[in-house]
Amino acid sequence: MTQTAPKADPSPEQAAPAAALHTGTSDIRTLLTRNLRQSGIYIAFVAIVALFAILTGGTSLSPINITNIVLQYSYILVLAIGMVIVIIAGHIDLSVGSVVALTGAVSAVLVIQQGLPWWVGVLAALAVGLVVGAWHGFWVAYVGIPAFIVTLAGMLLFRGLTLRVLDNISLSPFTPEYQVVASGFLNGLLGGDGFDAFTLLIGAIAVAGYAVSGFRTRLARITYMQPVESFPLFVARVVLVGAVVMAFAWQLAHARGLPVVLIILAALVLAYGVVTRRTVFGRQVYAIGGNLSAAQLSGVRVRTVNFWIFVNMGLLSAVAGIIYSSRSNGAQPAAGNMFELDAIAAAFIGGAAVTGGVGTVVGAMVGGLIMAVMSNGMQLMGVDQSIQSVVKGLVLLLAVAFDIYNKRRGGTAR
Amino acid sequence: MDDDILRMRGITKTFPGVIALEDVNLAVRRGEIHAICGENGAGKSTLMKVLSGVHPTGSYDGEITFDGQPVRFSGIRDSEHVGIVIIHQELALVPHLSIAENIFLGNELTGRGGLIDWNKANAEAARLLDEVGLQENAVTPVGQLGVGKQQLVEIAKALSKDVKLLILDEPTAALNDTDSAHLLGLLRTLKDRGITCIMISHKLNEIVSIADRTTVIRDGRTVETMDMSEPDAGQERIIRGMVGRDLESFYPDRESAAGEEVLRIEDWTVWHPTQDRKVVDGASLTVRAGEVVGIAGLMGAGRTELAMSVFGRSYGRNITGRVFVRGKEVRARTVAEAIDNGIAYATEDRKRYGLNLIDDIRRNISAAALGKLSKRGWVNGNEETKVAEESRRAMNIKAPTVMSVVGKLSGGNQQKVVLSKWLFTDPEVLILDEPTRGIDVGAKYEIYTIVNKLVAAGKAVLVISSELPELLGICDRIYTLSAGRITGEVPVGDATQEGLMALMTQDRELAG
Ligand SMILES: Nc1ncnc2c1ncn2[C@@H]1O[C@H](COP(=O)(O)OP(=O)(O)OP(=O)(O)O)[C@@H](O)[C@H]1O
Ligand SMILES: [Mg+2]
Repeated sequence: MTQTAPKADPSPEQAAPAAALHTGTSDIRTLLTRNLRQSGIYIAFVAIVALFAILTGGTSLSPINITNIVLQYSYILVLAIGMVIVIIAGHIDLSVGSVVALTGAVSAVLVIQQGLPWWVGVLAALAVGLVVGAWHGFWVAYVGIPAFIVTLAGMLLFRGLTLRVLDNISLSPFTPEYQVVASGFLNGLLGGDGFDAFTLLIGAIAVAGYAVSGFRTRLARITYMQPVESFPLFVARVVLVGAVVMAFAWQLAHARGLPVVLIILAALVLAYGVVTRRTVFGRQVYAIGGNLSAAQLSGVRVRTVNFWIFVNMGLLSAVAGIIYSSRSNGAQPAAGNMFELDAIAAAFIGGAAVTGGVGTVVGAMVGGLIMAVMSNGMQLMGVDQSIQSVVKGLVLLLAVAFDIYNKRRGGTAR
Repeated sequence: MDDDILRMRGITKTFPGVIALEDVNLAVRRGEIHAICGENGAGKSTLMKVLSGVHPTGSYDGEITFDGQPVRFSGIRDSEHVGIVIIHQELALVPHLSIAENIFLGNELTGRGGLIDWNKANAEAARLLDEVGLQENAVTPVGQLGVGKQQLVEIAKALSKDVKLLILDEPTAALNDTDSAHLLGLLRTLKDRGITCIMISHKLNEIVSIADRTTVIRDGRTVETMDMSEPDAGQERIIRGMVGRDLESFYPDRESAAGEEVLRIEDWTVWHPTQDRKVVDGASLTVRAGEVVGIAGLMGAGRTELAMSVFGRSYGRNITGRVFVRGKEVRARTVAEAIDNGIAYATEDRKRYGLNLIDDIRRNISAAALGKLSKRGWVNGNEETKVAEESRRAMNIKAPTVMSVVGKLSGGNQQKVVLSKWLFTDPEVLILDEPTRGIDVGAKYEIYTIVNKLVAAGKAVLVISSELPELLGICDRIYTLSAGRITGEVPVGDATQEGLMALMTQDRELAG
């Protein structure tokens, strides 16, 4: 027992600075080792971004290309948010690709064929997503069929329904309002010479928000006498994140401004990040994945939680379906093919465990971005489709192997 | 020199934030039964894992000499190769495989063409079963056996590997008295055949009766190795070494002051979830405020089933009967409702049913009462940490921080986490199922003290235990359960082990 817990008795005013200065703070090394699984992902991400920046002679980091990556992979990231929650609870969802197709198709039929307003399409798609989610949730939670089977069936079922709804043909084009979702930009709201000041402002607000919330968490932890990172380290972290975000905003501002999907995505990541970490529901998801029986015997309403996990996945699939149909400006019978695999890969590369109980939304986002940057970079370089597939497969394998290696090192040896 | 089959010198093993072993020395003589004692988390299991190569060479400091040769194991296969076999605290059998398949798992008897020769394997398994005194068919799936028999299968498996040094980590923790006695008898037979044995146990009476020498470990250091034939060697000396002071008694004193009735169970009947038979049959009992009530029964008598079915119907089907808490009928159909109604149940199998092993202490403690730490669905993480920190201190849980992962704690400390979790729900009735299984004497005393505090605060405690001395030591009244029926209710003043035993076996004799 080498580490000592913060002392109990001294009054808070005195204890706080003491805790921050001595026993409570942790340096870079403990921070890195403690979060090795997570930091490993970030390091890999940075390395891959750097690698492709070099290989493409900087093109991959150009304003236009960065904007493209956001537009092209946002729907996978949306799916990955729902998928990581499903995976943390110890399930899997193979149907999301089909659900993306179905929700897009329903929306297209209403907006393109029937000429209804764009928002009717959006609402209908969301409703279909919820119903599909409830369907899966019912079979998994209340009948007790493994999610693998239920969603495998769903994959076939909803692909079939998509073909039905579309009558086997593609529908196109959507009205301009509908296209805004995926291809719209907030631009020129505040002017700017050759760049968009509004985008930079939003970036700055995001950084400020990050700093303030980080600082408040830190203060709260100090009041509760919890260990925190040393102050310089905290500042360094905020500056680093701030620099990356501002550089990213800068590039966007020099292209077409702030993509609407990015706003949607950021809102979802923020919301679900908080839900998984700070709410009772989030806790129960981890508890179920970690030890189902123990969760049950601790009063977790396992069925209810499982049901809502799938309803949520259905809803997010619908959001992805709307974004995808908007981006492809129509609905196709084969839309969303294999999306489930990308979403699952993102979650696992991002540190989720096959056995459940482990994973984070942010991790899944980074995992998804690693895949996105890789595919995009290889496309820029004109790498053959076949090679791209091989590389992606190997990266998935290596990422999980690295993860397991880390866990083992953290587990038994020193 | 040659007397010693094993010498471990200067073993130091650290985990992040924890020094599990520090300069430990251990010498084991050829052909002896060597016991290792120590509090929970003292490092006993870790020492054995170092010895058997689970923690490979390089992950610890110090040297090991076996059979006169310095050895360096990089895995469990290496140690098995020289004849060291370990049976872990958690049994490692595959429930769906047969006894024979389990015995030869990883060590298959292959015949011509590399195919497994099942006739040979089954015959050989039957011979080994005979040797350990287990009358079971070698093709029976292991999952159908009780813990006691599974333990024997583990030993048969060890014997199949040509073992010279057999290590048993708390082999009798989950066994009842009869099975324990059989196992200890078997160890004596093995000793006569020249097999050396290292045995870790918290049951000091067993150690006194069987061990030739005993090594005591405290806080990762060797305290002493005593020869059990010395006149002053015995439980007192072991305890003194383990906890660093004398323990005046095993059970803390308590004024019994039973008040109004807190829990009443009436005519409770539970059917087996899949088979067509009653597991609990018309049981009725009461527990009053300030009272500790015990349930004694043999394995399979329906004790756990009774408790779990009352706890939000988490076991069985066709449950009939009524439950009252403080005079109000409770119709809890889910665990959450049972908790809301003031019932808490701490399971006998903490790893499978009690804990999320991959999560930290903090979240395990809060798991059953997140509502108390949250507003409108939002958890106050800092408050949670504070609560967990308080429990850690109050329960004396040995871990660097409450952020430590529960799966890496020693067994006794895991049990304290389970108790903390249920105490935090602030129950009216706490049902403890084998609360001291695998727990050291000091920690047992602490747990009894906690129980006493609870009843002093006007709560009711129902204890299920296979250890009759424990029930006699801490209860006010004891019910006996046999084949699902309550066969007796004895005030502790009138109870004796023999008397309870007679009641615990009564129904069987009537039926048979
Ligand atoms: N893999 C691990 N990672 C981190 N810490 C560990 C690990 N294994 C054991 N420990 C720590 O090492 C110490 C010794 O644990 P060990 O399991 O050897 O105790 P023990 O004497 O067997 O206790 P018990 O009687 O409860 O089984 C404990 O503090 C435990 O938390
Ligand atoms: Mg142990």
